[in-house]
Amino acid sequence: MKRPALLALSLLLGLLASPARAAAAESWDDILAKARGETVYWNAWAGDEKTNAFIAWVGQEVHRRFALTLRHVPLSDTAQAVTRVVAEKAAGRDLDGSVDLIWINGPNFLAMKEQHLLYGPFTQLLPNIRLVDTAHKPSTVVDFTVPTGGMESPWRMAQIVLVYDGARLGDVPRSIPAFLTWARRHPGRFAHASVRNFLGATFLKQALYELTPDPSLLQQPASDANFGAVTAPLWTWYDELRPLLWREGKAFPESGPATRQLLDDGEIDMMMSFNPAEAAAAINAGLLPETVRTFVLARGTIGNTSFVAIPYNSPHKEGAMVIANFLLEPLAQAHAEDIRQMGNFTVLDLAKLAPEERKLFADLPASPALPTTEELGTMLLEPHPSWMSRIVAEWEKRYTR
Amino acid sequence: MSGLLRLAGVEIALAGRVLVPMLDLVVEGGEVVTIMGPSGVGKSTLLAFICGTVDPAFSARGRIYVGETEVSRLPPERRRLGILFQDDLLFPHLSVGENLAFGLPSAIRGKRQRARRIEATLAGAGLAGFAPRDPATLSGGQRARIALLRTLLAEPQAVLLDEPFGKLDAALREEFRRFVFGLIAARGLPALLVTHDGADAEAAGGRVLRLDG
Amino acid sequence: MGEALHEIAAGTAGENAGRPRGLFPYAPGLTVAVFLVPIAAGLLGTLLPAFGYLPALGGMSLGWAPWQALFGHPGFLSALRLTLTIGLGATALALALATGFCALVYGSTGFRRAEALLAPILASPHSAIAIGLTFLVAPSGWLARLVSPWLTGWANPPDLVSVGDPWGLALALGLLVKEVPYLLLMTLAALNQVPARAQLEVARALGYGRGVAWIKVVLPQVYPQIRLPVYAVLAFSLSVVDVSLILGPGNPPPLAVLAMRWFSDPDVAQYFPAAAAASLLLALVAASIMLWRLAELGLAAIGRAWIARGGRGLSAEPGLRLAALAVGVLMALGTLSMLSMALWSLAAAWRFPAVLPSAWTLANWRHALERVWWPASTTLLVGLAATAVSLLLALACLENEARSGAHPGSRALWLLYTPLLVPQIGFLFGAQVLLLRLGLDGTFLAVVWSHVLFVLPYVFLSLADPWRALDPRYARTAACLGASPAKVLLRVKLPMLLRPLLIAAAVGFAVSVGQYLPTLFAGAGRLSTLTTVAVTLAAGADRRVIGVYVFLQSLLPLVLYGLALLLPAAIYANRRGLARSE
Repeated sequence: MKRPALLALSLLLGLLASPARAAAAESWDDILAKARGETVYWNAWAGDEKTNAFIAWVGQEVHRRFALTLRHVPLSDTAQAVTRVVAEKAAGRDLDGSVDLIWINGPNFLAMKEQHLLYGPFTQLLPNIRLVDTAHKPSTVVDFTVPTGGMESPWRMAQIVLVYDGARLGDVPRSIPAFLTWARRHPGRFAHASVRNFLGATFLKQALYELTPDPSLLQQPASDANFGAVTAPLWTWYDELRPLLWREGKAFPESGPATRQLLDDGEIDMMMSFNPAEAAAAINAGLLPETVRTFVLARGTIGNTSFVAIPYNSPHKEGAMVIANFLLEPLAQAHAEDIRQMGNFTVLDLAKLAPEERKLFADLPASPALPTTEELGTMLLEPHPSWMSRIVAEWEKRYTR
Repeated sequence: MSGLLRLAGVEIALAGRVLVPMLDLVVEGGEVVTIMGPSGVGKSTLLAFICGTVDPAFSARGRIYVGETEVSRLPPERRRLGILFQDDLLFPHLSVGENLAFGLPSAIRGKRQRARRIEATLAGAGLAGFAPRDPATLSGGQRARIALLRTLLAEPQAVLLDEPFGKLDAALREEFRRFVFGLIAARGLPALLVTHDGADAEAAGGRVLRLDG
Repeated sequence: MGEALHEIAAGTAGENAGRPRGLFPYAPGLTVAVFLVPIAAGLLGTLLPAFGYLPALGGMSLGWAPWQALFGHPGFLSALRLTLTIGLGATALALALATGFCALVYGSTGFRRAEALLAPILASPHSAIAIGLTFLVAPSGWLARLVSPWLTGWANPPDLVSVGDPWGLALALGLLVKEVPYLLLMTLAALNQVPARAQLEVARALGYGRGVAWIKVVLPQVYPQIRLPVYAVLAFSLSVVDVSLILGPGNPPPLAVLAMRWFSDPDVAQYFPAAAAASLLLALVAASIMLWRLAELGLAAIGRAWIARGGRGLSAEPGLRLAALAVGVLMALGTLSMLSMALWSLAAAWRFPAVLPSAWTLANWRHALERVWWPASTTLLVGLAATAVSLLLALACLENEARSGAHPGSRALWLLYTPLLVPQIGFLFGAQVLLLRLGLDGTFLAVVWSHVLFVLPYVFLSLADPWRALDPRYARTAACLGASPAKVLLRVKLPMLLRPLLIAAAVGFAVSVGQYLPTLFAGAGRLSTLTTVAVTLAAGADRRVIGVYVFLQSLLPLVLYGLALLLPAAIYANRRGLARSE
């Protein structure tokens, strides 16, 4: 820690081992062969048991098919993995990092990309990458306005929906301004996740989309010059809404699943979800009452994609790539979309699949809580990550007492 | 004749206060020398010093000979000195037989031979068949006798007795005294007895030394 | 003969005169090294970045910037106030309740049995109890369900403040549920050293009320012995992370959580204010302990005057009864917490206001089992290894003590308590950097070491009293029978002390199972235990799955505790001298 010379050396080593020169010449067969017997540490947010179960299933499958061992390193916040790689880089551990694969997107991806902590581009090596629906799901290649550049591989889609208990609630707000009138009728019956959680922050971003006069500004980085003006209507709206939230907006559930638990407990009647299939899957798992339904806001909602990325110092890059590729297999994607399993919309273009692969999706069980693609409507692109970090900071400044 | 126990220039002090001043003493085989004095005068400490187990808080010096051998620098387990306390101190996790086996030298080999030796020892003391018993189920007198048997089985060259009769009631005390002194005399061992009971000294029948602090 | 007199130097005739004592003399030094060197390095690694020095992240010069960032953070003052009120308040209340309980109940028939009743709560990790409490006291929780809607009229849960309340009351409650039993246990142990019963009889014969007699006569003798445990509770309450995450407010959270949040921020610049927050916490703990010491002196003076006035204190009984009642309520809450999580692990559906699950299932267990296996076996292995290492070190220290005749003073005890008095967040970050440098982070070894830091003090404290109480004449007798020191240790001391040994092991194992931050930092996330997973899941995952983890979290230590009680009884079934319980 006190030896700058050592640090310089390690940084140099870091540069030598660092990105931009993925082994382009390697064939997929070479990668498969090298991956055999590797143990891949996948650092992934573990707050949702259905996702954890899916990851465990992936582990079994890749073990069976590719002789790979997958270890899920459970995180309560993806940032923990980023921190770890940062710390390793600082300590000069450039070849033998502890993280092989990270479930990542948005700000964390940007942070790692900017600090040259990622390996790649590698997605062009994955045989299944061509099945991804980049045309209708642009968020699979543009992550929070940042081009992925092949440094992360998509694996599941997310889009804001609202979930409510039809047994308790007859009316729902179809727009952000309508939230206020709705909340006055139902004080204390809606909660958004803590703003430090991406879900809570996304709720504010969604509101900003509808409230700000020119949403296209959100696709550029926020600046000191425009942040105040662009977000002013948001804060006016939120000042009115907050006292009408669960616990008068003084406490917030820490995460999406915690919010879902409140809905199940009957402490709230409506919540926001980032997964259109969450309600259906949760009903199926007995985590929400059967009377729960899903809807979206009339002018469209923000959507994004979950990715996996490989740190520059992962000692098991081949194994990590095999897993990234497996996650894109129609079989895995259909398993993920199954509401009896994880229940997450696929990143694939079904038109690019073989008929028997398409059938995997067609055979998935239906649910009245599952919205159709039409019902989901327009997917709005995520604003630049800077908006999120600034909104979170501003929120903390305004509402932390 | 097993020889003698000799103390040469033994002096014990605690925090600068001399407890046992310059003691020179020779105990012949078969003799029991009694050391008497009020409590706290350092009688037990003297025995501990002879055994090699004195608390380092005491400063003690002098030489100890068992037979012709100087044992002062040897660790306690190589001094071949048996000691008997007021409490029997039978190991509560071991049976009577196992307690005796603990004392029996390992040179006696073979499970059956060791068991036979222990059984014979018990029978000789009127305790035949006691080997498998739990010491906690025995009477005080039985336990005291077994403690002595255990000490003697280790084949000591001298015996140190630290108020071994102190806790027994009067009738038992008489009987156990005879038992102890009889066995010591039979083996011709030199013995050092610490007590504050004049009757003990009388029964021992040897010289009496007084420590007055 | 003159030359003979001076040949044996004073103090060489211990149990082991004239023999090199093997490795034992190194035991205390080794123990201290295992402990203090990494803690000191960890503290340095936290203090330097707090003043801006962390070259690896570009901080090359000392300055106040991290502190300005900390003080300027929105809600900093609330976080500070929250930390202090919770830390001091929960500790004072825990001590008051434990004292009141002992004062009223001491000497009654049930008092001795209290120890056994405390065991399940003591053995359960803090986080397990805290997770259970979140369900218990929520507006939609079990307590509300027990009385709804017939009594409360609540068809839907009310919008009441509970878990996560801005004042930290739920957090304080969670701390009390664990700390009161701990202080009770420490008081029970201390009472063994005091002839309390006879003294109480004297005082009551003089006309003093039962409770007041206890406070005036016994407490002044017991308190000095539980002082360090009280300080440990104080330090813990000021700096705990996992319980705060589960039960505490989030906006702002207590300082320890704030520091933790910044330490794990992807923006590495946040390391600096994180280190400042951790350092501040360190200063707060030190200041609080000093403040507490001053309060002790003040209270002692007042107490002496109070005693001198000679009031018989018969009117104080209702207050004590209230304290005893509160302890009973806390124990009930702790027990219900664990029970509720066990029920959840078997529930198919359980919605407000149902008092019990509406459908039962084993599916939660079936589904969780394959995923629970890995963290559960890690928990077991790390716990056993850390306990074994701690037991060996503690045994070596105690054996060295017996062989050298050195009796450690109170300073050694403070040394032993160091890991319990220094906030974990204050040195674990720095220690993590050290581990990283050594390439040891994320290894089994690192996690075991980090656990040993906290397991060893408890193992040592639990073992020391029975060890020192063993009649030294057993060892002397064995030595005179020709047994070497090793044989004395293995054949006499260890078998005779089997019961306290196993109890110490069970205590150590329970401590290991409960560790959250050390596992997180040293394990680099690669090694996760039931506790780290449970705390992660507590952020909102399926309660039925959390139930499985929490149940196992409490079960593992309890099973070991049960073994510690049953094994000696079984082994020594035919040895009346050892079979009786202590």
